[in-house]
Amino acid sequence: MSNLLHHPSEDALLAYAAGTLDEPTSVLVATHLALCPQCRATVQAAEAIGGELMDAMRPTVPVSVTADDLLLMIAGNKPSIETTKVRSDIRFDPAANSNMADPLLPQPLRAYVPGGVESLKWQWMGPGVRYARILNDKSGAKVGLMRIASGTRMPHHGHEDEEFTMVLSGSYRDSFGIYRRGDVETANTEIQHQPVAEDQGDCICLVVTRGELKPTGLFARVLQPLMRM
Amino acid sequence: MLQSLTLDNSPSLAGFGFRSSPAPQRLPKAMIPIAAPEANAVLSPDFSGLVLAVAQRQDKQAFAQLFGHYAPRVKSYLMRHGADDGQAEEIAQETMLSLWRKAGMFDPSKASAGTWIFTIARNLRIDAIRKSRRPEFDPDDPAFVPDREQAADDSMEAGEMSVRVRGALDSLPEEQAEVVKLSFFEDKPHGEIAKQLDLPLGTVKSRLRLAMRRIRTALGEKEE
Repeated sequence: MSNLLHHPSEDALLAYAAGTLDEPTSVLVATHLALCPQCRATVQAAEAIGGELMDAMRPTVPVSVTADDLLLMIAGNKPSIETTKVRSDIRFDPAANSNMADPLLPQPLRAYVPGGVESLKWQWMGPGVRYARILNDKSGAKVGLMRIASGTRMPHHGHEDEEFTMVLSGSYRDSFGIYRRGDVETANTEIQHQPVAEDQGDCICLVVTRGELKPTGLFARVLQPLMRM
Repeated sequence: MLQSLTLDNSPSLAGFGFRSSPAPQRLPKAMIPIAAPEANAVLSPDFSGLVLAVAQRQDKQAFAQLFGHYAPRVKSYLMRHGADDGQAEEIAQETMLSLWRKAGMFDPSKASAGTWIFTIARNLRIDAIRKSRRPEFDPDDPAFVPDREQAADDSMEAGEMSVRVRGALDSLPEEQAEVVKLSFFEDKPHGEIAKQLDLPLGTVKSRLRLAMRRIRTALGEKEE
């Protein structure tokens, strides 16, 4: 069933397993994991590394309670420390589940787009290209969905920093290959490309960006809004 | 068991690629205290069995054994990630409480007890210390693409998985072992690890990739 061709790099999967990947990139990685059994196996292996390293650790600090203290606490039914803190972030709704399922958006992505793709306010970015931000992060990384009309040729561009793109519907092609639902393309400062959406309806992608895109041609420079997504 | 509880402030270089390493002085943080593997090998109890005992009959002795082994490790792990003593203590206790409550969700065919406890501590750390969310996939989501059916003899016991992962970690070249450990024990993006080691980011990433491939090969996964 799943024969994805393009995956997040192993170092990104390892950082996700270690719990050191920033939230924006984790949204993309975890959404890919929902569609990719192969990368789930890689994350599972990386978690096993974490487990083994912790197991083999020589503890440097004592713990101030005993197991009995904790058991007494449980028996006394003392309200324990809450494990999940509620945050006042209305755009994030983990309960946005299958009863309003937009099959386009696997969890955890759906939690960031509780109203579904059609509820988003799309901004015009250039001919055939619209963009909707779904997460601003303190790290400066931005997460958004990009909607590219079928047949649209994006301006040729480079990248100021690492950028991740994952296809949710439709497909696009650039000099590195063809990208379909679930496929992830990682671009960095050394990569320039000109994605072209294929003729299968709009191509909707999840995009995690840092820094700005760098247009490489004169024509592209006219499309300033796209460069400031 | 008691041996594994020994508290020792001097960083040990034994185990996991730290064998008589000519560790450069500028990298004191790279030294992660790790008990000599042979110290545990003989007496190491079946931790997965203990979690199952907690799950099946709320076995308090089993819990006490798990607590004795893991609580100090979890706390040390958290302090390496920048928690102060009080915060690390609190999250370590919370981790152990989760172990008690969620023991029924532990699946020994998926992970060892140590790996499972690591993931609980990791998630609590992201929430409490990084003040960030951890996006996770949901296997019950209709859009979720399930694993292919696994042949019965294809699956691996968690104990077997532990042995293989540990063996593969031990066989990693020093330079790969170092970046793997820093990745798990410091809350730093790979870019900062690269700066700390005075290496190009690409080198750090390629070492991590090579290490991951070696672990996956040890687990018998096919290369794509």
